[in-house]
Amino acid sequence: MKEQEIIQEPGRRNFIKNVAIATVATAACGSIACSCTSNKTAVSDKVRLLSPDGEIVEIDSAYLNHRENMAVLSQHEQRTGIAGKRFVMVVDLALCKNARKCVTACQKHHYRPEETEWLSVKLMKDSEKSAPYWFPKQCFHCDNPPCVKVCPVDATFKRNDGLVLIDNDRCIGCKFCMAACPYSTRVFNWDEPNVPLELQDLQYNAETGIPAKVGTVEKCDFCPDRAREGLLPPCVESCPNGVFYFGDENEDTVTNGSETLGFTQLLKDRAGYRFLEELGTKPRVYYLPPKDRQFPVERGYDDLPENIKERFKDIMEAKK
Amino acid sequence: MELNTYQQEAFDYQRPNIEKFGKRNMIWSIFFLVWILVGIYALYLQIAKGHGITGMRDNVVWGLYIVNFIFFIGLSYAGAIISGLLHLSKVSWGKPIIRLAQMMTIVSVIVGPIFILLCVGRFDRLHHLFIYPRLQSPLTWDVLAILTYFVGSVLFLYMALIKDFAVYRDSKMNIPKWKQKLYKILATGYRGAASQKRHLIISQNLLAVIMVPLSIIVSSILSWIFGMTLRPGWHSTIFGPYFVLGALYSGTGVLIVAMWVYRKMYKLEKYFTDKHFTYLGYIMMVLAAAYGYFTFSEYFTSWFGSEKWDNDVINKLFNPAEYGWWTLFANLIGIFIPILIVAIPKTRKPNWITLVAFLMVIALWVKRYLIIVPTLESPALPMQETRMEYVKYAATWPEWALTIAGIASFLLFFTIMSKFVTVVPVSGLEDTFHHPHHEHPHHEQIVDEVKKDNVQID
Repeated sequence: MKEQEIIQEPGRRNFIKNVAIATVATAACGSIACSCTSNKTAVSDKVRLLSPDGEIVEIDSAYLNHRENMAVLSQHEQRTGIAGKRFVMVVDLALCKNARKCVTACQKHHYRPEETEWLSVKLMKDSEKSAPYWFPKQCFHCDNPPCVKVCPVDATFKRNDGLVLIDNDRCIGCKFCMAACPYSTRVFNWDEPNVPLELQDLQYNAETGIPAKVGTVEKCDFCPDRAREGLLPPCVESCPNGVFYFGDENEDTVTNGSETLGFTQLLKDRAGYRFLEELGTKPRVYYLPPKDRQFPVERGYDDLPENIKERFKDIMEAKK
Repeated sequence: MELNTYQQEAFDYQRPNIEKFGKRNMIWSIFFLVWILVGIYALYLQIAKGHGITGMRDNVVWGLYIVNFIFFIGLSYAGAIISGLLHLSKVSWGKPIIRLAQMMTIVSVIVGPIFILLCVGRFDRLHHLFIYPRLQSPLTWDVLAILTYFVGSVLFLYMALIKDFAVYRDSKMNIPKWKQKLYKILATGYRGAASQKRHLIISQNLLAVIMVPLSIIVSSILSWIFGMTLRPGWHSTIFGPYFVLGALYSGTGVLIVAMWVYRKMYKLEKYFTDKHFTYLGYIMMVLAAAYGYFTFSEYFTSWFGSEKWDNDVINKLFNPAEYGWWTLFANLIGIFIPILIVAIPKTRKPNWITLVAFLMVIALWVKRYLIIVPTLESPALPMQETRMEYVKYAATWPEWALTIAGIASFLLFFTIMSKFVTVVPVSGLEDTFHHPHHEHPHHEQIVDEVKKDNVQID
């Protein structure tokens, strides 16, 4: 699944309303998921798509799996979650080289601007002598969520499938959840968000966080809309190193797209832990310690754009 | 309403204040109004453009507004506790200043909550607090607490005013018709009959008994907005009593300043005597010591335990490059100087006490800032932000404009109220200076007593 890429075509925005996500199975490279477009000019049952190699290919539309991008879910469905699931994530810190593909894929999927990072990669340095390591961090979807506890209007809620989501039609913007979250996960729309025209009139869906609204809180949602399609969250799919394992605790399996492992076994073999366990928030995201690292930490630093490099300068300079 | 000579004198003395608005007051009020208008313009910008025009960002999600909210609502709680205790203890010197404390209660319970509303991103959805309330949330507790408290304090003030309204109604003052009518309605037919007196006293006592613990409870609930989160500097078991003390302490300061201002403005030396300053000064001193003790406990345990996250906040507070000077100011001016000034007999004078009280109130405002902002600037995970405004909070002009507008509306409400009721309660004096069963005033005797006390203090 490493070949999977999200391809953008000029004029893509025009089609978003009727966006069709095409899943094309090819013998050579497994499956390719394209959030590109069914070309409007396509003749009858043939559709032209951009392949990962940059070639225009013509494919029979029978191979395409059309769907509405934003399925309308009832309030009840949005609040109860996907039956029988307990979503969980495992992040392998040994594999992260701060490629930031997860960050951009997430922003793309949720139509968020470059500054808004629902998922951010921190450079951690636990103590003076310990080695710095890259630490991707999204919402932990805690089982004892401090944010949900403090919400005065039940705008943020815990679902049966383990997810903590936000109803931004109800959120009053008091930001108490942001103050309460110890992981700085939540993001506020301080100004009118730049929502693509086509999305503005959509009914808000807590599973996608679309459309964003001014004066409300938003955050990583674990992309249950993708799970409903049987797809992995974009951060998982886009990671070139398979850092993220996403899965279901009930099935006791997690996958990063290329390998599927037993969840408890993985935690056992690799000494999985949860960040700041002592806070008692019971996160649903587990980390595998950065042992036997695949990349030196500099690999994630040297090629960064200058403005992002700035963030990690103090730690990296101290290292040198 | 029959008045004894002492009451009559107090009323006649203050009568012009109600009859005429006065040029000076007019100028002040217009000055305050201008600031309020600037604030309203800032509010308009904030609503039109979003909270982006404030200095608040994803890390420091709350700023000046919450600081002002705690500050004003604290004054209100203090007013209720002080007036409640003065009422219940029936100390004679307390009678003239009860009204002032109650005015402070009402005015700041109106101004305070406005500031928490300014913090809310979606003004248009405030009704969600009532249609989707969620009882787990300390914010819901606070909404309930403040509403309950608001009703309680309005009733408490009103009960204390009924007799005075009856006095104003019967006084044939030279005031417009509508004002006369209003007094008549508000006096609710009070004539001073024995049964009316009894009912009023019982309701007042009951309300006082309710208001004192209620203020303590709601003040604690306010603190729990912070105390219930998992943040260093907030997540503390002493936060409830700490906030109660902070509220009482700053409220005493504002009461002293208000007393001084009205004494000067309306020449009320006879009622707000030097003794009042001394007594309130003593109370301020004791509260300063208690507040200092709590502050010390807070910082000392945090520093001694030196957990990493706690340390982040402590380091920010005591680092001169960050908040070190402000911490010094807040604790020196907010705790040590008031104790010192009141402790030294030479400086235990109205002007000195008022000056330190005034500075202390500012220091306590700064202290609230130091409670809110440094903690929010110390998240558990490194911020590693490109946008500097997300790392460090700096209030923008709309926030300052609204802060000043808040202070201006506080002062404006106070001015208007003092034009509507006498600052020194007229009828309230009867319970103190005059035993209900004797119709003869012991006026001279009381004045002598007051004089004697002043001599003693000097």
